[in-house]
Amino acid sequence: MNEPTDGAAPLLEMRHISKTFSGMAALKDVSLSVRRGEVHALMGENGAGKSTLMKILSGAYRADPGGSILIDGTLASIDGPEAGRASGIAVIYQELSLAPNLTVAENIFLGREHRRSVFTDKGAQEIACRDVLSRLGLAFSPSTVVSRLSLGERQLVEIARALASDARILVMDEPTTSLSTLETERLYEIIASLKVDGIGVIYISHRMEEIYTLSDRVSVLRDGQYVGTLARDEITAERLVAMMVGRDVSSFYKKDHRPTADRRTLMSVREIGDGRRIHGCSFDLKAGEVLCLAGLVGSGRTELARLVYGADPKSHGTIAIDGQPVDIRRAQDAIASGIVYLTEDRRRLGLFLDMSISDNININVAAGDARYGGFSNVTQARERAGRAMTALAVRATGMTAKAGALSGGNQQKVLLARLLETKPRVLILDEPTRGVDVGAKSEIYRLIDDLAANGIGVLMISSELPEVIGVADRVLVMRDGRIVGEINATPERPIAQEAIMAYSTGAAAIDA
Amino acid sequence: MSNTINTAGVGSPVRADRLQTAIQLFGMLPILILLCIGFELLSGRFITLVNLSIVMQQAAINTTLASGMTFVILTGGIDLSVGSIVAASAMVSVLSSLIPGWGYLGIPAGLGVGLLCGLANGLLVAVVKLPPFIATLGSLTAVRGLARLIGNDTTVFNTSMPFAFIGNGALFGVPWLVIIAFAGILVSWVILRKTVLGTYIYAIGGNEDAARLAGIRVAAVLVFVYAISGMFAGLGGVLSAARLYAANGLQLGQAYELDAIAAVILGGTSLVGGIGSIWGTLIGALIIAVLTNGLILVGVSDIWQYIVKGLVIIAAVALDRYHRSRG
Repeated sequence: MNEPTDGAAPLLEMRHISKTFSGMAALKDVSLSVRRGEVHALMGENGAGKSTLMKILSGAYRADPGGSILIDGTLASIDGPEAGRASGIAVIYQELSLAPNLTVAENIFLGREHRRSVFTDKGAQEIACRDVLSRLGLAFSPSTVVSRLSLGERQLVEIARALASDARILVMDEPTTSLSTLETERLYEIIASLKVDGIGVIYISHRMEEIYTLSDRVSVLRDGQYVGTLARDEITAERLVAMMVGRDVSSFYKKDHRPTADRRTLMSVREIGDGRRIHGCSFDLKAGEVLCLAGLVGSGRTELARLVYGADPKSHGTIAIDGQPVDIRRAQDAIASGIVYLTEDRRRLGLFLDMSISDNININVAAGDARYGGFSNVTQARERAGRAMTALAVRATGMTAKAGALSGGNQQKVLLARLLETKPRVLILDEPTRGVDVGAKSEIYRLIDDLAANGIGVLMISSELPEVIGVADRVLVMRDGRIVGEINATPERPIAQEAIMAYSTGAAAIDA
Repeated sequence: MSNTINTAGVGSPVRADRLQTAIQLFGMLPILILLCIGFELLSGRFITLVNLSIVMQQAAINTTLASGMTFVILTGGIDLSVGSIVAASAMVSVLSSLIPGWGYLGIPAGLGVGLLCGLANGLLVAVVKLPPFIATLGSLTAVRGLARLIGNDTTVFNTSMPFAFIGNGALFGVPWLVIIAFAGILVSWVILRKTVLGTYIYAIGGNEDAARLAGIRVAAVLVFVYAISGMFAGLGGVLSAARLYAANGLQLGQAYELDAIAAVILGGTSLVGGIGSIWGTLIGALIIAVLTNGLILVGVSDIWQYIVKGLVIIAAVALDRYHRSRG
């Protein structure tokens, strides 16, 4: 790596870091340096070793002997999380680690309370907290209970906590996953101000736009090895993707299924609503169509999908399949009608993490396959799991491996396999590529395309506009619980990002 | 982020998986064996055919209750009412066995009472949506009162109970109590591991929200697990009635729920749900019985038996946790 020649040692240097888990190398001789005031993006497919590297940096894991970590040019021995914190390293994890029942101030100083003998000095703590919050330009009060904050605000509290502990190296692991556009912009501003303060930021993300916007340099890992580093002016999407996957990804999005004019309507949803957040939504989904639901976070896309699927009770509206009305009150009714739903939160709402891949794939069809009135059909289950894992290229040690041990992309494939085993006619996909690496993303796009070609109707929710444009035949845009716009893609005129944004933000008049 | 390996070399990792499962299954077996050896060394008369048969008989009723408890705990719930159900169903069982010519009615009557109490628990948890701890804490008290009411708060006897043999007799030298308790374990194993319902039970314990989204009838499964726990407790009541020829609504089954929960936890089942096995429960129940019996043989006083038993349970589970967090 090229270091500045001004003689000053970089803020952080990780040299020749390796890590082996029970004989398997997760990291092989990886080096990484971060300068003061630099945003250094770290990219790579899930399983490439990014998180492992960061866990070594924070002290959660210990590296194999032979590697070293230098801070300001001096050797730091980080042998535990406490040592990591003491060295000025703070990690902001994807899963937020705040106590929701405590106040902002209590969270920020958790474990490092201002004390007066055995008592917490709340006054001093609030003043110190106000300091940090104002430094970040955050408007909420130190005494706000965290559970009242939005996900995005909580993330900002985490950053505040890191700053309050005098962190000099901040690791952010996909920080924008749960943020709205506005919150993301707020985060960008904060990162800019951190740079001015000389703090080094290691930024892990799968989103290209963020990398363009934020990073001074990007380093790429693949299969636990360091692939290379690009400086800001060298960054292009093609180069990064090629570095990450190690092969040429010429057609990232795939749209081969030919939308024919005479496609019949598969599912029609009329005036559906829950009386609270979703109001009078109507749309048709045609066989073999990929229909995208776009809109800002909080516009009601997931809520609408859950209503259709029967996961939440609806107050009014009807659903028909092939023109026949269907009464969907629970998830099992939807599945019986051929409608399946892929949740956006696969770890919390989708997978059974302690159960095997095979059980996870078979859970929806196990009852139908059962023999002698309820006995599991093991042969059939094994056959299904084996076939599905091959078809979707699930990478795992075997079908008895626990779902919780898989990487994000493979977990997503297992969930998709579960849905496809029910032979669905309507597939509702809620952020199907969230937290999924580039390789798996492209595989999921291919799968969606194949399914549509086979006459399945796909209703897909996505917050990534390039993805929406890449896969959708038609886009519905939601705002404030209503469908406010419809955009058709034609071979001559692809969907424009600007049109979607205009509807999402309310900048475009209805029927513009 | 995890470390995935290609599907190419499937052989050895699968074996590693199996090994891990085996460790999970037999996690507490070494402790059981060590306890047996220890008591033999201390007393010189622990490992004899007669004594081991006594130990297993002593374990039988707790094993039965713990089988049902395993179902409930696997879904992330708890059933505090089993001790009281034992008392109520034993009362009904003894009273029914007094009906001239219909003495055997005592068995289905006892099971039926247990099943009904369990169903009530299940409906409170699954339909009224009370937390399991609260629902079964309530029925712990209410069913205890019911048990006293049934016999007008007296002890009921039947010296000529037709099914007394299942409490005291043996088949080819194996006590009926032991056969029935083991049969209960086998039935539980079949349900948990061989049926779709069993998969659903693990799924709900592992992730109830995901189970609901996957179209599993969560409420129905929850009603089932409390009902079967109640029925196992009813069976415990029948066994106890058959063993004693009598039942008392006030005293019988007091604190039985605690031994049953201890057996399940000793067996490695997670209180959060989703992880555990019925074989572990069997080993857990045997550990408790071995401790009780062994401490008496060694001559430890009644008061110290409580203290030692409690400490051994805590130490065993702590050791297990430590083992697993490293594995």
